[in-house]
Amino acid sequence: MKRTVKFSLVFALACLLGGVALMQMPAATAAAPPTPWFWLATTVLGLLAVQSIRWVAALDGPRIYGLLTAALFGLWVVYFWQLLVVAFEVPRVLLPPPALIVQSMATHGPTLWGDFVQTVLKAVLVGWALGSGLGFAVAVAIDRLPFLQRGLLPIASLTSTIPLVAVAPIAVMWFGFDWPSKAAVVVLMTFFPMLVSTLAGLKASGKLERELMYSYAASYTRTLLALRLPAALPFMFGALKVNATLALIGGIVAEFFGSPTTGLGFRISTEASRMNMPLVWGAIVVAAVTGSVMYAVLVQLERRAAFWHPSVRED
Amino acid sequence: MPFAKRWPMVTMTNLALSHRLTQFRSQGLPVVVILLALLVAWYLGAWWLNAPGAIERVMPSDAPWTWQDLLISTLSMERPLLPAPHQVALDFWSSLVDWPLSSPRNLLFHVAVTAESTLWGFGLGTALGLLLSVCIVHSRTLDRALLPWIVASQTVPVLAIAPIVLVILGSLGFSGVAPKAVIAMYLCFFPVTVAMVQGLRSPQRMETEMMHTYAASNWQALWLLRLPAALPFLFPALRVGIAAGLVGAMVAELPTGAVAGLGARLLTGSYYGNTIQIWSALVMSALLGLALTSGVALIERLVLRNRSQP
Repeated sequence: MKRTVKFSLVFALACLLGGVALMQMPAATAAAPPTPWFWLATTVLGLLAVQSIRWVAALDGPRIYGLLTAALFGLWVVYFWQLLVVAFEVPRVLLPPPALIVQSMATHGPTLWGDFVQTVLKAVLVGWALGSGLGFAVAVAIDRLPFLQRGLLPIASLTSTIPLVAVAPIAVMWFGFDWPSKAAVVVLMTFFPMLVSTLAGLKASGKLERELMYSYAASYTRTLLALRLPAALPFMFGALKVNATLALIGGIVAEFFGSPTTGLGFRISTEASRMNMPLVWGAIVVAAVTGSVMYAVLVQLERRAAFWHPSVRED
Repeated sequence: MPFAKRWPMVTMTNLALSHRLTQFRSQGLPVVVILLALLVAWYLGAWWLNAPGAIERVMPSDAPWTWQDLLISTLSMERPLLPAPHQVALDFWSSLVDWPLSSPRNLLFHVAVTAESTLWGFGLGTALGLLLSVCIVHSRTLDRALLPWIVASQTVPVLAIAPIVLVILGSLGFSGVAPKAVIAMYLCFFPVTVAMVQGLRSPQRMETEMMHTYAASNWQALWLLRLPAALPFLFPALRVGIAAGLVGAMVAELPTGAVAGLGARLLTGSYYGNTIQIWSALVMSALLGLALTSGVALIERLVLRNRSQP
């Protein structure tokens, strides 16, 4: 049978509608114990869902089909998570159903917002900006001092193997329990990747271009601003993207070591010890969405700033 | 003529020596200078940070004292804000020498605990990542449905799930190494999978076509072409993975009552305000991180020693 694009998409949609229908059965909402019919319907739906994903994945064409496949897969995973966790009556401590997580996020909205402000807007953003900015500034400052570069570069590269987040207890001692100590940890974690990447980026401009600037009698500053910094942009954005994830990890994990009574890391560790798992999952959803949004924003910025670079230009 | 015979050799040694000297001047000397500067800065910082506390608590308030007294007391306080390097070094050394290996006061005991779970997690995570990447490369469905999620997970602080893993495994009755290894495992798993998918796809079309003309099966193409081609991608991911796994294992030691392990040692140090202990544990975890990564780098050099540098 020759499958068309339309057929695959309609089939996938029909499976989703079947899923909605199955959700209406009493067993899906824990209103009644699951019947054999329910299990049969679930198995059939599972097989159909797998088949629909396979067919959508087989589509050739624009990039949107790839994203569609991933979205469809994610949707079905969440769907069966909800369905099976409720039907099997899995204890909430082990795995709460997604609906409960969403509900918990809604009821604890103000708490989670406070945690978001405390961890992301204060500790992570401040630390990320300061750490990346410092790394950039130091890299530009030692650009004309090869001796310092040769000394700092090996040390800076080695720091990636060291669990830097372990300085959190010391940061708490120096800067107190509140967000400045977390920001300090984030600064330390983000400084070195930015330093290493900027130094590498400043060396990335081609010999031809540098000689052209030389033949224009361009000064050092002029060459830096017009050629070498723009050429370093892709490297710097790479570090900024890595740092965004590192900063979130640092901000959250530093709170495991001691924090005031707010913050995403504090919420995750205390609510986990109180076995309030839906709220823990809610805090993780907030952290995950934050990480993805930060990354997406940086990708967009990079497309604007380094629009000439081959990796951006290709499509 | 013994002298004339030996003369060229002497020149050779001189040449080699001078070569080594220039190499040290260009590579080793800057690092040594920076490290010395850091050491001096550390001492100055210790003096500057500890001085207020020392004036308040250690120095006699009724008798006069000189700045030499202050300097000595800031560098030998019992609970300083920033311990001086020699204090950390002494505590580090005494914890290694003065206590048996089985004692929780010996740092090596904690290193063993943390390294065990890190290595278990690293091994399992790498195996899982290899398996999944092979599946992804051979299945279009997995490639388009699963891989985007794994790539996206790189932008998410997955380490935050650690407390959930601890609770789940704890309520299933697992304790000790298992939960820590699981956390280290999933942290290693993501980078290995992403890099291996990239690496397994790195052979060029001509090479895969040649395998095809040899009538090689998928397995043979995997074993003879794709896996060897993926190795240069694998090892950087392994270095990232083992460092992430170490952080994961240390974080996993925090909420479990802080019994053993470097993370627990850090936490007990901060509970009791024992700063010197925190710093020794910090130095030890840095050394463990370096040792684990250089272990991976050593394996990399052994495995890839016959490859020419690209």
